[in-house]
Amino acid sequence: MSENTLAKLNEEPKTLWIRLLTVAIVVSLVVWGSQSLSFSGFTSSGINVAKGLVNGLLHPNTELIFDLSDSGIPFLILQTIAIAVLGTIIGAILAIPVSFLASTNIVPKPIAMVFRAIILLIRTIPALIWALVWIRVTGPGAFCGVVTQSVCSIGMISKMYITAIEDLNTGILESLDAAGCTTFQKIRCGILPQLSASFISTAIYRFDINLKDATILGIVGAGGIGSPLNNAISAGKWSNVGAFLLTLIVLVIIIEYFSTKVRARLAHGRR
Amino acid sequence: MAKQKMLKKPLFDRIFKPELITLENGHTAERPRSRTPLIFILFVIVVYISIQATGFNLNTIISRANQLSVILAKIFRPNFNYFSKVVSPLIETIKMSIVGTIVGCIIGLPMAILASSNINKNKPTLLFFRFILSVLRSIPTLIYAYIFALIFSLGALAGTIAIVVFTIGIVAKMLYESIETIDMGPFEAMQSFGATTLQSFWAACMPQILPTYLDDCLYCFELNVRASSILGYVGAGGLGILIRERTGLRAYSDLGMILITLFVVVWLIDVINDYLRSKLS
Repeated sequence: MSENTLAKLNEEPKTLWIRLLTVAIVVSLVVWGSQSLSFSGFTSSGINVAKGLVNGLLHPNTELIFDLSDSGIPFLILQTIAIAVLGTIIGAILAIPVSFLASTNIVPKPIAMVFRAIILLIRTIPALIWALVWIRVTGPGAFCGVVTQSVCSIGMISKMYITAIEDLNTGILESLDAAGCTTFQKIRCGILPQLSASFISTAIYRFDINLKDATILGIVGAGGIGSPLNNAISAGKWSNVGAFLLTLIVLVIIIEYFSTKVRARLAHGRR
Repeated sequence: MAKQKMLKKPLFDRIFKPELITLENGHTAERPRSRTPLIFILFVIVVYISIQATGFNLNTIISRANQLSVILAKIFRPNFNYFSKVVSPLIETIKMSIVGTIVGCIIGLPMAILASSNINKNKPTLLFFRFILSVLRSIPTLIYAYIFALIFSLGALAGTIAIVVFTIGIVAKMLYESIETIDMGPFEAMQSFGATTLQSFWAACMPQILPTYLDDCLYCFELNVRASSILGYVGAGGLGILIRERTGLRAYSDLGMILITLFVVVWLIDVINDYLRSKLS
């Protein structure tokens, strides 16, 4: 190598120590964290559970998949989707006033801070706990799932809405003002077109998340595919578990595919 | 061909013919019919079916809203004496998410490389790894935790493995999306003078994706702390065990204490992560 190249090479910042330090921190975190993980071997039935699960996934209970009654998979899937749809719609609507009240360019800062604290509170409490609280109000069933998801969705949706609202181009409003538009016309032509795409995109993204959440809410009795899946696991009916999991995987992958497509279209315009 | 092939119109425009407008200079222009009515009708139908399927009833909420206020009042009057019992499960939850995130992110890296179309040119393996990642992501963490708790005994180990599996799915997906947007020039340059794929990836692509990768890892850590707090509900260790026990006993002021601690921890982790992120960029 020539002198110049070597000189240039020596100018490179020396990152070896930082790298070693990072590795040391990561390793010590893993060591500290894994102290509480005692591997006590498999449980007596552990091997059977694993075998049963693999067997169930390979030979799912096809009767259940085509059973059109209330306990059949088609109805449960419909109910799960319905929970996510309603939860997302109600959440997305409730999030609109909340996010306007939490945007610093709409309301004074102290009010915005109060609403931001509320949003953070909603976001921190896990969906499962919301479901446990709401179940005392609504009783078990899909209805509880809908109410839970409506409340939980507000947190994340508002957070994304706020970003959209704070990015509003106020120049457009001023020019509409100059053209003599009324307040309603300003909202219709100045604000809605700026916000609708990102609002809808957020709602669809949240629908994706809600669909996955709806499947776990069933564990506490909030309807959808979760509670029969939970029961099947605890009862060790592995062919039913296989059928539930396989349909769940297919459903989530399909919805994810379409939501990505639709959101890409919303972001880049039609076609 | 002299004539350019006519663009195929979407089905909607073939059923509802676009409005023809004759301009002043004699030319005609097409204005496609609005899609709003169709979307609105579909929307109403979907909402109606959903209401039927879930038994949605606004009256129940209104008439029983006082139930909620009773519970919320108890949650917001937390029992501070209960704090001493929250600490050790909380630390267990944090340990679970730290180990789960780190192990998951380390395993996620090679998975992401194998699932990015600009590095892995072999189509079948590419699709195979993407499919595996989709499957991993589509099953909720809680179900993993439940199954692992049955396989490996109840406790933190089951929760940690559940987090590892789920983290692999998310991190690898976010990572292969960013690997596909990197500049492949340095990689091709290294390949041209004889470096192996692994060597060229390490030297040419790693520096480009490292900041995004670490950012994704931090994001996953945030997600995992929230998720791991409830994993105990199915017996996989951490705060969830307490949450299940306290809600079962209707001891909502204890639940309030658990939630407050969780809230503070999540907020602290957010602050630390924001600091680390600002260092990264």
